[in-house]
Amino acid sequence: MTSYDVAVIGGGIVGSAIARLLGGADLSVALLEARGDVGDGTSKANTAILHTGFDAKPGTLESRLVARGYHLLGEYAAATGIPVERTGALLVAWSQEQLDALPGLRDKAARNGYTACEIVDAAEVRRRVPALGPGALGGLTVPGESVICTWTTNLALATDAVNRGVRLLRGHRVTAVHQGADATRLTTTAGEVTARWVVNAAGLGADRLDALFGHDRFTVTPRRGELLVFDKLARPLAPCIVLPVPSSAGKGVLVSPTIYGNVMVGPTAEDLSDRTATGTSEAGLAFLWEKAAALMPALTEEEVTATYAGLRASAGRDDYLIDLDAGQRYLLVGGIRSTGLTAGMAIAEHVAGLLGEHLDLAQRAGLPAPPRMPNLGEAFTRPYQDAAAIAADPEYGRVVCFCERVTRGELRDALASPVPPADLEGLRRRTRVMNGRCQGFYCGARVREIFEGENE
Amino acid sequence: MTERVRVAVIGGGPAGLTAAAALAPSVAGDVLVLEREVETGGIPRHSDHPGYGLRDLRRFMSGPEYARRLTGSAREAGARLETEAMVTGWAGPRTLEVTSPRGRRLVEADAVVLATGARERPRPARLIAGDRPDGVYTTGQLQNLVHLHHREVGRRAVIVGAELVSWSAVLTLHEAGCRTVLMTSEYDKPEAYTAFRVPGRLAFGVLVRARTRVVAIHGKGRVTSVEIENLDTGQRHRVPCDTVITTGDWIPDHELARAAGLDLDEGTRGPRVDTSLATSVPGVFAAGNLLHPVDTADVAALDGRHVAAAVLGHLAGEPAPGGGVPLVAEAPLRWVAPQLVRPGGPPPSRGKLLLWSDAFRTLPRVTATQDGRVLGRARLPWPAAPGRVFRVPYSLVAGADPAGGPVRLTLA
Ligand SMILES: Cc1cc2nc3c(=O)[nH]c(=O)nc-3n(C[C@H](O)[C@H](O)[C@H](O)COP(=O)(O)OP(=O)(O)OC[C@H]3O[C@@H](n4cnc5c(N)ncnc54)[C@H](O)[C@@H]3O)c2cc1C
Ligand SMILES: Cc1cc2nc3c(=O)[nH]c(=O)nc-3n(C[C@H](O)[C@H](O)[C@H](O)COP(=O)(O)OP(=O)(O)OC[C@H]3O[C@@H](n4cnc5c(N)ncnc54)[C@H](O)[C@@H]3O)c2cc1C
Repeated sequence: MTSYDVAVIGGGIVGSAIARLLGGADLSVALLEARGDVGDGTSKANTAILHTGFDAKPGTLESRLVARGYHLLGEYAAATGIPVERTGALLVAWSQEQLDALPGLRDKAARNGYTACEIVDAAEVRRRVPALGPGALGGLTVPGESVICTWTTNLALATDAVNRGVRLLRGHRVTAVHQGADATRLTTTAGEVTARWVVNAAGLGADRLDALFGHDRFTVTPRRGELLVFDKLARPLAPCIVLPVPSSAGKGVLVSPTIYGNVMVGPTAEDLSDRTATGTSEAGLAFLWEKAAALMPALTEEEVTATYAGLRASAGRDDYLIDLDAGQRYLLVGGIRSTGLTAGMAIAEHVAGLLGEHLDLAQRAGLPAPPRMPNLGEAFTRPYQDAAAIAADPEYGRVVCFCERVTRGELRDALASPVPPADLEGLRRRTRVMNGRCQGFYCGARVREIFEGENE
Repeated sequence: MTERVRVAVIGGGPAGLTAAAALAPSVAGDVLVLEREVETGGIPRHSDHPGYGLRDLRRFMSGPEYARRLTGSAREAGARLETEAMVTGWAGPRTLEVTSPRGRRLVEADAVVLATGARERPRPARLIAGDRPDGVYTTGQLQNLVHLHHREVGRRAVIVGAELVSWSAVLTLHEAGCRTVLMTSEYDKPEAYTAFRVPGRLAFGVLVRARTRVVAIHGKGRVTSVEIENLDTGQRHRVPCDTVITTGDWIPDHELARAAGLDLDEGTRGPRVDTSLATSVPGVFAAGNLLHPVDTADVAALDGRHVAAAVLGHLAGEPAPGGGVPLVAEAPLRWVAPQLVRPGGPPPSRGKLLLWSDAFRTLPRVTATQDGRVLGRARLPWPAAPGRVFRVPYSLVAGADPAGGPVRLTLA
């Protein structure tokens, strides 16, 4: 059995970012993921906004790491080709009370180090988002808020980790922990893994794993967020992210463009007990439909192309719970609820800071360049539009998925990539295939065949 | 790179192929059919059961055979058929952006015929809640899986909808060794012809439940059950199954029509056309299920034949006709196609207006009124029923005053 210097548990954005960073040092690192693929937990189903952190609680670790992560991920995106659209956001006040709250929000943003917010009047709100329903009284601009591709982010980080020599162990659910004097033995669903240090980045499962280390310090409550995704033909309706003014009832429902060119409405917020309840609910969908009708009536004339739900890992506190136990050579990264996509790389940096006191984390010379990710963003050139790419490789001219315009070349590349998809869902996340308005009516059967490698 | 052609037909289904076959012999220059699939033929290609060709070819044949025939006719007529060629947008009023393995290029045409067809609304568009397991398909995907790719499906299926195409799903499932345990329909009666329903029930033991809807799908990896609701009593129960087929509930593939800025009809969601099948943009025409979601393939094909006259007129330099009286379908009629009657315009294909009704009428009476005046009235010997096109003679509206207001069609 191989023994690693560090085992990182959880192949979401947070665990992948940590593994990537540790993989750059002179250490042997394993990344353990319970499921068949990376990014198959919370990281695949969120609202995919790259947050400035303007509305975080000032002074918290979360506030600091979101602001830092915003820049880190922004730069990493530019280096790897993770698509980002700098759309900006507009917080819209629909009542006097909300209007009155705007100056406070602007000041809070400033206390978070974000000073670009401006208060605008109702006419300006309408000018910026003409399709908004009636009744908006004013707004607050957040020019830096952006939309990003959460799938590519997770995949880029995991791919980078693998390229740096991290051993990716998918299908390894950690079920028991045996702590020895110098090493910890992890029992997994696919055999045992031993490591000197263990990082727990298990998202919704972090508290249970924490308990296996003998702790009893928090409970993860899965907070379900359901979302409606409208057809790309609706995209002109949402030129920027439209945020609600947060209230005691939570962050509320937003209308947002997606990086794939759709419009999204959501999420709901509902505390559950079942950590596998990633299904949508009738009440949730009905609520979102009503919201869509009120916020942007023209949306209800458009087709819905997808509905989904994600589970935030709420830890019942106002901040992340990141804690190192030197005696146990164990580090917990818990409670990364609704900002982990943005903060992931900064969390990794913070974790490295804590571990650096015990391990030599100096980055090796000659690290491989960051991976170049395929562009899934609608605002940037895709292979089907790229005459030169098609001329060089006709497979980029062979459109397989008509709605999302995914070509045979892209499917081939995804299947041959360093972290290949484990199933059709994984192929969807890597290419957008079958994610479009027809949901497989035309291409579903062919994609399955390609995935299973027939007719190669 | 820009290529110039006389006519570009987008979509190589029954409508596009038939339009190309009708046009090619009379057009000096290229008639190019652009089809994104590997083969031409459209939906019939993977619909491997008899039921095609009656009205246009006066024969009864299987979908694939029909697709081959139409492809042959278009080719023999001199049309150029290009497959794996997808039109992805417009670079001008009649200039198309095309992607194929042969490259990315522009195709500039003097006339464009849109024949992009229609698809069934998949599960998310119907807002069916629950898990997202494998085993949920539209009829289109099911037929693709079974007929073109020879795939296994499950053992027990629930079919959402009881339209004509829903019975097509039953047949396909039966062939694939999967039993249909239930069909649901929100209407008072299952939509499809009794001619299908009765043998369907007898031959396959299919239970059709009217006034029900599927409210949720359960199952993690694979479907395990659906939850159905009785619309009248609100009562719910779970039906164990491993396959769910969402059938019918059509939406035209109108992406290009919308991108071109064509006037669209709120009812059909396809382009608004006059009886010659001209759209609101000069030189751009439309045919087939893009206009009437959804009718049978032979009717789409006959549209293709019908549109040729207007295309030839445009190529000959005839000015686009102006004016026209709109046709309006009143509830329970959902839509009418075509939507515009122009002075001096031809009658529509087959002399019929196509309508969709959300209610049953065994001996329907249709009235056309203009500015409060009754233009025409007819009692039709065929029923109006949800789930299939309802045909009405054009004579009802032929006398419309070109200077008058909209013509309203009502059903009694
Ligand atoms: C609806 C919604 C909207 C959101 N919107 C945004 C947003 O706009 N911007 C933003 O920045 N953030 C957003 N978030 C938050 C963001 O998605 C999460 O914070 C982030 O994905 C957390 O990543 P993670 O790696 O901690 O968790 P996960 O992605 O859940 O990764 C944890 C992984 O650990 C694995 N695991 C669990 N237990 C074990 C075990 N015992 N052994 C091995 N592996 C295990 C799981 O399978 C999982 O893959 C949103 C979240 C939701 C739900
Ligand atoms: C499961 C099923 C069973 C059916 N059973 C019967 C039956 O028994 N009898 C019957 O008469 N009818 C039946 N029908 C209906 C019949 O298939 C349709 O009426 C007919 O196919 C419509 O023809 P069309 O040419 O309008 O559209 P389609 O057949 O849909 O053809 C449209 C074509 O356009 C292509 N296209 C679309 N967009 C682009 C683009 N941007 N670039 C390039 N190409 C494009 C598509 O790939 C497609 O090939 C059935 C339909 C289904 C789904």
